Amino acid sequence: MENYPALIVVAPFVTGLLAGLFVWIEKRLSYPIVLAGLFISSFSAVQVLIRVMESGPIQYKMGGWSPPIGIEYRIDLLNAMVLCLVSGIAFLNLIASYRSAEKEIGDRVSSYYTVYNLFLTGLLGVTITGDLFNLYVLIEITSLTSYAQVAMGDRDRGPLASLNYIFIGVIGASFYLLGVGYLYMYTGSLNMADVAVLIKGSQGSSTVLVAFILCILGIWIKMALFPFHVWLPNAYTYSPVIFARVVAPLMTKVMVYIMLRLMITVFGYDYIFNTLNLSDAVVWLATIAVLAGGVMALAQKNLKKMLTYIIVSEIGYMVGGAWMGNQLGMTGAILHILNDALMTFALFLAVGNMVYRIDRVDITDLKGLFGKMPWTMAGFVLAAFSIVGVPPTCGFFSKWYLILGAMEKGAYHFAAALIISSLICAVLFFKVFEICFFESGSHGHDHSSHGPVAIEEAPVSMLIISGLVSLSLIVAGFYSGAIVNTIILPFLK
Amino acid sequence: MSDVLSLIIAKYNYWLYVILMMIGLYGMIAKNNLIKKVVGMNIFQTAIILFYVSIGYKTNAGIPIITTADTAHGVVVKAADYINPLTSCLMLTAIVVSVATFGYAMALAVRIYQRYQTLEEDELRMRLSEE
Amino acid sequence: MRILAFIVVCLTGAFLLYGTSEFPDWGDPNSPASLHVAAYYIEKTYEETHAPNFVTAVVTDYRGFDTMFETAVIFTAGIGCFLLLRDFRGKKEHYYHHIPTGVILHIKDEKKSLTIGKEFGYMDKEWVPPDLINKTVCRILIPFIQIYALYVVAHGDYSPGGGFQGGVIFGSSLILLAISYDLKTLVKRVSERLLGIFAALGVLIYAGTGVLCLVMGGNFLDYGVLAPLFPGMADHIRALGMLVVEIGVGIAVMAVMTIIYINIVSEGRHDEGL
Repeated sequence: MENYPALIVVAPFVTGLLAGLFVWIEKRLSYPIVLAGLFISSFSAVQVLIRVMESGPIQYKMGGWSPPIGIEYRIDLLNAMVLCLVSGIAFLNLIASYRSAEKEIGDRVSSYYTVYNLFLTGLLGVTITGDLFNLYVLIEITSLTSYAQVAMGDRDRGPLASLNYIFIGVIGASFYLLGVGYLYMYTGSLNMADVAVLIKGSQGSSTVLVAFILCILGIWIKMALFPFHVWLPNAYTYSPVIFARVVAPLMTKVMVYIMLRLMITVFGYDYIFNTLNLSDAVVWLATIAVLAGGVMALAQKNLKKMLTYIIVSEIGYMVGGAWMGNQLGMTGAILHILNDALMTFALFLAVGNMVYRIDRVDITDLKGLFGKMPWTMAGFVLAAFSIVGVPPTCGFFSKWYLILGAMEKGAYHFAAALIISSLICAVLFFKVFEICFFESGSHGHDHSSHGPVAIEEAPVSMLIISGLVSLSLIVAGFYSGAIVNTIILPFLK
Repeated sequence: MSDVLSLIIAKYNYWLYVILMMIGLYGMIAKNNLIKKVVGMNIFQTAIILFYVSIGYKTNAGIPIITTADTAHGVVVKAADYINPLTSCLMLTAIVVSVATFGYAMALAVRIYQRYQTLEEDELRMRLSEE
Repeated sequence: MRILAFIVVCLTGAFLLYGTSEFPDWGDPNSPASLHVAAYYIEKTYEETHAPNFVTAVVTDYRGFDTMFETAVIFTAGIGCFLLLRDFRGKKEHYYHHIPTGVILHIKDEKKSLTIGKEFGYMDKEWVPPDLINKTVCRILIPFIQIYALYVVAHGDYSPGGGFQGGVIFGSSLILLAISYDLKTLVKRVSERLLGIFAALGVLIYAGTGVLCLVMGGNFLDYGVLAPLFPGMADHIRALGMLVVEIGVGIAVMAVMTIIYINIVSEGRHDEGL
C-alpha cells in the first residue's frame, strides 16, 4: 500500500471529525471511532517505519503534484521513528485515560475526543511533512487544540494559563511564519528540500541569517527552552490528566524534532556550525536551561508542577546535544527524543493514576501511597530511575551519549550540568519516595494504624498501560545499542 | 541623507509592516488589560499578513484571474502580467488562523471575567496569590 | 516594564529591518519570490485545472492539503468555544411581555413558565422595545445577503471569492438576524445541533473528497482520478473538485462563525445577548 503515509495523518483527522458529528447523533460512538482512527494511524506508522528501514526514504505527493509545486511528505528514518512514537503513545493514552477523562471532563467528554484527535493530527502532520508552510499550519492546529484542552482542566486557573499560553504561542508561531516569509523572499520556494538546494552558497546573505534566527527562535519559544519556558508549567499543570499525559511527552519532543529537521535538512550543518559558528553560545544556553529547570523543580510543592520543570530541564539536554556539532551529541539528542518521551509518559501515567484516586497531588498529599497504590508506585519508581539515569533503564544511555559528545567537543560545563541535573532529580524523587513510603496516610490515625493499609488502586486498564510503558523503559534500555545502529547512525550518514 | 531616504521610499512597505508589527508586540508585552493584549496580538498577526501580501505585488500587474477575453483567443499567459497568487493563498490560511485564535482568546476572556470579575492583569495576579 | 518593552520592541524591529536590507525593490517582477514556483502557477494553472482564478486553484488544488487543515483550525476554534463556554444550566428567572398591552412580567419561580405565542413573548433582561425600521430592513436584506453568499461560494473559481468568504458572509447574515431581532429567534430557527452537525460535516466533505480520491486509486486530494464519477466532464474535473471542497469549507465556516458568536455573546447560555 503506497498510501500509508497519508493514512497516518488522515485517519485520526477523519475519525476526529466523525466523532464530532456523532456527538450530535449518538454520543457513545465517538470514543470507539476515535480509538479506531488512532489504531489505523499507529499501524500505518509501523508499516512506514518497516518500509523506510528496508528501502530508504519514502516520498508522498499530496494531490499528485510533484514538489515544489505541491505539498510533499518525505519520510526518512528520523521521521518514521518519531511518527511511531507519537501515534503509539497517543493510542495507549486514549485507552489508559478513558475512565479519568470521564471523571474529569464529564458530559462534554465525547466532544473532547474530537479535539484530542485533531491535536494528534497536528503533531503527526508536523512530523511527517516536507513543506515549510504546511508545517506552520499544522503547528497552529496543534497549538489551538492545546489552548482548548488546557482551558478544560482546572476551572479556575485553566483559562488564565491558556490565555498566557496563547500570547506566547502566537509570538512563537508568528516568528516562524516570518522566517518562512524571508526564506520565500530569498528562494521563491516553500519545499524544504528545494529551499535547501537554493540557499546553498548564500553564506553572507542577511536575509537567510534573519530567516534562520527567526525560525529557530520561533521553534524555541514553542518548545519552551529556558528563557521562553514561562507558559509551560502552568499550562501543563492545570490541564486535564488525559491531555497532560499526551502533551508532556510529545509536544516538546516534536518541537525538538522540528528544530533538528530545520538544522539538518533546510539550513545544513555547514551553515550553522562553520559559517555562523553558533555552537558554543547555544550549548551554554542549554547548560543554563538544564540547571535552571532542575533548580526551579526543587522549589515546587506540587508533584505535577515539579515534573513540568523537569521537562524544561530535559529540553536543555536535547538542545545542547543537537547543537554540539558532532555525531555523538546528535545521536544522544535523537535517542533522548525517544527515551524522554517514554519516561515522561510513564511518569505522567503514574501521576494520572494518583490524581484519579486522591485528586490533589501536592507532595504532602502523597503520604503512605506505597501502601495504597503499590503498582502505580512501582511504575513511578521505574520512571523516576530512568529520569535520574540509573543504568538498566533507557535514560542512562542517552545521557551517556550526550556526555560523550560534550567531552569530545570539550564542553565540560555541559557534561557537568548533566551530572548535576541527575543529582537534583535524584534528590527530588527520593524526597517524594520518602514521603510516600515512610509517612503513613493521614486517615489511619485512630484505629487502623496497626493493620495493613487498604489497597485503593486505579482501574485495571490504567494500571496495565502504566506497567507496560514502565517495562518498556528497561526494554528500550537493552535495545538502545540496536536503535542507535539501525536508525540513528544510518540517518546521520 | 537622500540615499537613505530613497532606500526607505523604495522599500517603504517593509518599514510599514515592521512598524505595525512592533505596535502589536508592544501592546502584547506592555499592556495590562487582557483585551488590549488580545487586540495587540491581532495587530501583530495582521502585520505579517501585510508583509506577505506586499511580497506578492508586482509593478504593472493585474489581479491573478484570467478574464474570458484572454482565454478565448488562446493568448499565452505571461507571469509578469499577474501578481503572485501564492502569497495571497498563504495569507488566506494565516487570516483564518488569526481569526480562530482571536475568537478563542475572546472566549477565554469571557470565561476569566465570569470567574474573577476583572480583566486587569495585576488585579488577577493579586487574586491568584490570595487564594 | 514599559521602557523594557519598548527597548525589546525596537531591537526586534531593527533586526527585522536588517533582514529586509537585501530584498529586491518593492514590486520588482524579477524577484525570486515572483519567479520559481509563483510563475509556474500563473502560467500553467489554467492549462492544468481549467480554473481561471489562480488563487482559488492554488488554495484548493495545488496546496489543497493546507486548506483542509485551515478549515480544521476554524472548526477547532468553534468546538473550543463550545467546550469552554457552553453552560447547560437553565436560567433562574424569566421575563415575558404581554404583547397586546406591553405589560412586563417577571417570574422568579424557575419551574413556572408561560407559553409563547400571540399573547406572550420572551424578553431579555436588558430589554429595549423592538425597532420597527431595523427589523424590517434586516428582514428584507437577509435573504439577499444569503444569496450573495451562495454566489460567492459557487463562483469561487471564476471570480474573487470562495468557501471562506462565502461562509463568513452567510454566517454574518445569521448574526444580523440575532442582532436585529434577538438571540432566541436565531437559536429557535437554527438549532445548536444543526450548527454542530454542519460544522463537522463541512470539514468532512473536504476530507471525504480526499479519501474518495484514495479509494479511486489516486493520491490524497488528487481530484484528477475522480473523472469516472462525472462522465463527460473529464477536462474540468479539477475545477469541479475545487467546487466541492469550497462548498464544504463554506458550510463549516458558516456554522463555526455562528457558534462562536452565540457562545461568546450569551456567555454560553444561549438565551439572551446582544
